[in-house]
Amino acid sequence: MSLLKLEEIAMWFGGVAALKNFNLEVAPGEIVGLIGPNGAGKTTVFNVITGVYKPTRGRVFFMDREITGLRPDLIAKAGIARTFQNIRLFKGLSVLENVLIAHHLHLKANYLEAILKLPGYRKEERRMREQSLALLERVGLANLRDEPASSLPYGLQRRLEIARALATNPKLLLLDEPAAGMNPKEADDLTEFIAQIREEFALSILLIEHHMNVVLNISERIYVLDYGMMIASGRPEEIQNNQRVIEAYLGVNEDVED
Amino acid sequence: MVTQKKRNRILTVIAILFLVAFIGFAENNLDLYIVRILNVCAIYAILGMSMNLINGFTGLFSLGHAGFMAVGAYTTALLTIPPAVKKQIFYLAPLIEPLDRINLPFPLALLVGGILAALVGALIAAPTLRLKGDYLAIATLGFAEIIRVVFTNTQTITNGALGLKGIPALTNLWWSFGTAAFTLLVLLSLINSSYGRALKAIREDEIAAESMGINLAKHKTLSFVIGAFFAGIGGGLLGNLLGTIDPKMFSFTFTFNILLIIVLGGMGSLTGSIISAFIVTIANEYLRFLDERINLGFFVIEGKVGMRSVVFSALLMFVVLFYRHGLMGSKEFSWDRFLAGTGQLYQRTLGRLIRRPRKGGYAG
Repeated sequence: MSLLKLEEIAMWFGGVAALKNFNLEVAPGEIVGLIGPNGAGKTTVFNVITGVYKPTRGRVFFMDREITGLRPDLIAKAGIARTFQNIRLFKGLSVLENVLIAHHLHLKANYLEAILKLPGYRKEERRMREQSLALLERVGLANLRDEPASSLPYGLQRRLEIARALATNPKLLLLDEPAAGMNPKEADDLTEFIAQIREEFALSILLIEHHMNVVLNISERIYVLDYGMMIASGRPEEIQNNQRVIEAYLGVNEDVED
Repeated sequence: MVTQKKRNRILTVIAILFLVAFIGFAENNLDLYIVRILNVCAIYAILGMSMNLINGFTGLFSLGHAGFMAVGAYTTALLTIPPAVKKQIFYLAPLIEPLDRINLPFPLALLVGGILAALVGALIAAPTLRLKGDYLAIATLGFAEIIRVVFTNTQTITNGALGLKGIPALTNLWWSFGTAAFTLLVLLSLINSSYGRALKAIREDEIAAESMGINLAKHKTLSFVIGAFFAGIGGGLLGNLLGTIDPKMFSFTFTFNILLIIVLGGMGSLTGSIISAFIVTIANEYLRFLDERINLGFFVIEGKVGMRSVVFSALLMFVVLFYRHGLMGSKEFSWDRFLAGTGQLYQRTLGRLIRRPRKGGYAG
């Protein structure tokens, strides 16, 4: 059984095909890498999964339920959370508020109960706070909880974005270049962090990443995209030696061709 | 910390008691002119807070506020004007059944006005939700104008361009300040709740908010509906304070005045809107001399009606250019900051006179 399944996805923007006949599967508990040169369509895959784009053709299944073209908030509710390539925190709000907001989708009390602060809502609010603080404690941001998110250094903003995604209580986490702009040491820490949260939160993870060390170390399977087409998939060591992948990344030496 | 909390609570209680005592005194002893200005201050505070919910907290640049106020003002007025008076003012065409007979008590009429304005808010929210920024501003502005034009032409309900006269003067300081306090309480409770955080998330980053599971349409509508509700109530209070209303009153200029208040007070600060509503309203009265002939002795400035608006527009430009956060930014009033602030003020002014400045001067 697969947790996430993309079936023959095509995504056209006017005359440009960002994705062509793309298939992907993520099994429960798996960490899957998605790599490819710039403009290959990796983020488009994320946007199709999370409902930001409705694919031109093809279907998306999550836990055996079709979610193609569903609204992003409903997909988040179904259990898919994401981070963004260019960090999208709620900048003016505090670190704690950022995480609290991610709990909002599970809130049962309606707005009148919230305004009147009825016992049911109070209880939920207390639980949200406890869980948020515990999560911040876990990711090492508890001492910064009242700081505005924008004041955090870059690496911690990335971490907060992951924490915020975790707070929605997802089954599948989509990470869009989490190690972008990190030095090798920071990237190693992140790799370890991702492996840990997978265990602790019983997650599946789909990961876009350019840092080859991170992808090769952590992924159980890797998909390689180029010009919207999947050119290879398999275990990290298979991908490393795949001729087409090397060509896509390094270019083809014309003299040797034929 | 506990003592600080207790101190703040005591200060709040004292402030409320002081306010209640002041209203009791003002209602009976102060000049009618001043009472009227205070009423307008409180009503503008309500309008400012309600517009701030939509524009400042949810980040929706809506310019439809005058429309919501018009709905509230007309509804409340029509429900409170005595039937005999209605017969007199609707001389071009009679008021339709059963409105000509209905006469509700003031609070109930206000509530109906608020609810109708909220319905209009929901109606406007539905088609304009997809729009952002300038487009939303234009669409909501258009809606407010539509309401105004409809009110000008529905002779048998609104008395058209003649407007409504003889609205009973039911608004007093208790009603206006009481409603302002109620508005503050409800909106504070809302913005500090999980729903309020969701609204702020939409303001900060719509795409991120949606991918965190926040239903944009539902929450934006919530903001519009609650904002319109209080705008309607504010409009109702205003109509029953002024005694006459007509469609011209609710033109874009009115929305602009409220916009000035929330920008000056700080987008995203309810208490900022209250403070700024008082400043703007009172300044509006004190600056009346600008519209009149000013004799400087050596030079005479001929009075031009509308000079005040020029001054206010210039003020708004100044705030937007150099002081974008307004008086309060997105912070709310707190005793801690207030006491710290007055402490600093004391040190900078009185303290300076009492103690000789230290060598090297003051750093702060």
